Amino acid sequence: MRALLIRDLRLAVRAGGGFGLGLAFFLIVVVLIPFAVGPQSALLARIAAGVLWIGALLACLLSLDRLFALDWDDGSLDLLATAPLPMEAIVSIKALAHWLTTALPLVVIAPVLAVLLNLPAAGYWPLVLSLLLGTPALSVIGTFGAALTVGLKRGGLLMSLLVLPLYVPTLIFGAEAARRGAEGMAYGTPLIFLAGITCGTIALLPFASAAVLRVNLR
Amino acid sequence: MTLNTTPLQVENLAVARGGLAVLEGVSFSLSRGAALVLRGPNGCGKTTLLRTIAGLQPALSGHIGLEPDAMAYAGHSDGVKPALTVTENLRFWADIFGTSTIETALTQFNLVALKDRPAGTLSAGQKRRLGLARLLVTGRPMWILDEPTVSLDAASTAMFAEAVRAHLQGGGMALVATHIDLGLAEAQVLDLTPFRAKAPALDDFDEAFL
Repeated sequence: MRALLIRDLRLAVRAGGGFGLGLAFFLIVVVLIPFAVGPQSALLARIAAGVLWIGALLACLLSLDRLFALDWDDGSLDLLATAPLPMEAIVSIKALAHWLTTALPLVVIAPVLAVLLNLPAAGYWPLVLSLLLGTPALSVIGTFGAALTVGLKRGGLLMSLLVLPLYVPTLIFGAEAARRGAEGMAYGTPLIFLAGITCGTIALLPFASAAVLRVNLR
Repeated sequence: MTLNTTPLQVENLAVARGGLAVLEGVSFSLSRGAALVLRGPNGCGKTTLLRTIAGLQPALSGHIGLEPDAMAYAGHSDGVKPALTVTENLRFWADIFGTSTIETALTQFNLVALKDRPAGTLSAGQKRRLGLARLLVTGRPMWILDEPTVSLDAASTAMFAEAVRAHLQGGGMALVATHIDLGLAEAQVLDLTPFRAKAPALDDFDEAFL
């Protein structure tokens, strides 16, 4: 299992692996927002938490369609399926690799970009905390979407349509926690809900992803 | 692992591709040290049969008795990652299958000179050799091979036949679907043409739409 994780991380940072793509996208979205809504720092401060969450969510989505598609194309998915690893472990490792290469850099860079959006000082810690708790759910749900659409031509678009509605609960509670933090309110309750959603998806979805992957390999 | 049981026993197997039965009534068995070559025209279901035995798709009916953790499958594609070097590719599969050495595989398929090259820069034949070398690092006794000699030249094909022969002598088994002569005189040959599924009766064809 560690071998698969190391391979996926290595592939992500090698040429053509797409590491940093989500990061660049996140940066561009967040930089463009002030141009669009104008330089009113009060308004920006109010929408900062929501914008950062939307940006992180879309950046997460960006690299998902490559998660299984590359392994499908060169046949390694067939070989992995006949290897002594259970399919559930394969999809869990894939989700973990996606989180480490795509979501974790977003979490790290988010407070830096928050400066551009004039996020109030009180909001930084809740923002990072909510992203840290919420992004694993984004990766796991996204892995399920990628497993559903693997092998389809232009499956990326269909995957976005399938995955984005499933992201709604994570987005609601994550952005709510970050917003409450920025406004100086208690943010414990949405954070607990967010953690609950993440734990639930991590516990259940790998089994669903493995099942649909087996069907897709037939 | 007992030596008395037959490692692979296929009884009255029927397989389907895209919902249509392609083969039915296939029965054969493979004992230790033996190879079986599957032949048949294009589209007769060789790949489907191998994928079913490898457990990638369910059988329509029949029984497959296969020892657990005995099988290594090599399909049409090699599963080679172009961004990784030859050594990294092999090392990955060795780690996945829990074996340690990749040196024998490198030497046997003449890949030593290429071992630090990124696999993306290899030719089709060299990539194929890397794909086949993967079988050696799995350490599995049963090789299930689908057209293993595609894009190999005559020398590499002989090299491959030699590897299979050595594998058989070590008590291994091989189930190979191929069109060309591998030079494996000892291998049994099974022609799949007589097992082709009969076309379903068209009587109730309309009912499917009603």
